[in-house]
Amino acid sequence: MLSTFFAVLRRDLLLAWRGRADVMVTLAFFVIVVCLFPFGVGAEPNLLRAIAPGVLWVAALLACLLSLHRLFAQDYADGTLEQLLLSSEPAVLWVLAKILAFWLTTGLPVVVVAPGLGLLLDLEQGALPVLVLSLALGTPILALLGAVGAALTLGVRGGGMLLALLILPLFVPVLIFGAGAVEAEASGTGALAHLLLLGGGLAGALALAPIACAASLRISTE
Amino acid sequence: MLEADNLACLKGDRLLFRGLALRLAAGELLRIAGPNGVGKTSLLRLVSGLALAEAGEVRWKGTAIGRDREAFHRDLLYVGHAPALNDMLTPLENLQFTIAAAGDEADAESCMQALVRIGLANQLDLPARVLSQGQRRRVGLARLFLSARRPLWVLDEPFTALDVGAVEDLAGTLSDHCTAGGMVMLTTHQDAPFAMPPKVLDVGAFAC
Repeated sequence: MLSTFFAVLRRDLLLAWRGRADVMVTLAFFVIVVCLFPFGVGAEPNLLRAIAPGVLWVAALLACLLSLHRLFAQDYADGTLEQLLLSSEPAVLWVLAKILAFWLTTGLPVVVVAPGLGLLLDLEQGALPVLVLSLALGTPILALLGAVGAALTLGVRGGGMLLALLILPLFVPVLIFGAGAVEAEASGTGALAHLLLLGGGLAGALALAPIACAASLRISTE
Repeated sequence: MLEADNLACLKGDRLLFRGLALRLAAGELLRIAGPNGVGKTSLLRLVSGLALAEAGEVRWKGTAIGRDREAFHRDLLYVGHAPALNDMLTPLENLQFTIAAAGDEADAESCMQALVRIGLANQLDLPARVLSQGQRRRVGLARLFLSARRPLWVLDEPFTALDVGAVEDLAGTLSDHCTAGGMVMLTTHQDAPFAMPPKVLDVGAFAC
């Protein structure tokens, strides 16, 4: 039953490994965007500490958006997507595998380097675990919602721009609760409520987004 | 058995064909004919369930294909225009993935044998981007050797870019599949040496 799931996961991870430059570009983009802020707003530690959660989260969101259009584009162009849609196993399974592989290669690296960048912006050390946790819960939501957008804009001229317009508003709640969790922890009010909401969002997206994504892919390839 | 009644296909805002009916029984080979742009590929996509018909329905063993998609796709092998090859993977990796993605078991040994049999013994571990058009097409067709248990084969221009020897081999493989009780539906502009004369369906006769 899960053979398609693992086949797609293994292949996408292998492709990410063969094209590791692409993965590094996304990560470098994340690091550079965060590093630009001290230059832009000045190296005042109090100010940087205050904007750190928002900056890290917005940068993570843009890094995710930057690589989203690649999620299905290659498979669409070379006909692999047609073959996957003709699979005798439910499309939801391999869609989920693609999103998981996407998150492992773009979301997870961001989660891993984020604490270092948090230190760079003088974020309180006590808030770093919450930053990691909020990104670990939030970036999969970005990948799941983004995949629906990527599927809908597949094969559309100027799809990349349209994807950003379509999907950025949907990222807003994730941004609010993700950055809010870090801020709440830093100001001492506790991040539990925000994290629980993110967790709930993840559960919802995990259940619904693959179905919407599979349906969108069917429409896009028709 | 595959049946379709009264099929109509809309492409953009143009009706390609309407009132098209077809029947394909076990052991039959159906060639879809017609000039370029008449809707041959569109018909194959309708029949395989990749696209939805504007009117009419396609039935497999008496059931509309949309009703039990997974069961229909278990019986179907579709090789489209695009070869479904990723340039960064080797032919072997590509073939193994295609088989597994379709929901079948694929061990490296039988995939390797299929590629050797179709004439790619020396290209097994090269990335697909260095293959020629004909070799790329062969990788896609190597699936046929591993999918004999899928009765319905739908092939879009399978002979394109193949050399004379490969065309003969492929025609033989398709004839064998039909002899064994399978069904083949294909488009081609070439006269291929099939063992039995194929049924011909001219889409042009239903064009609007």
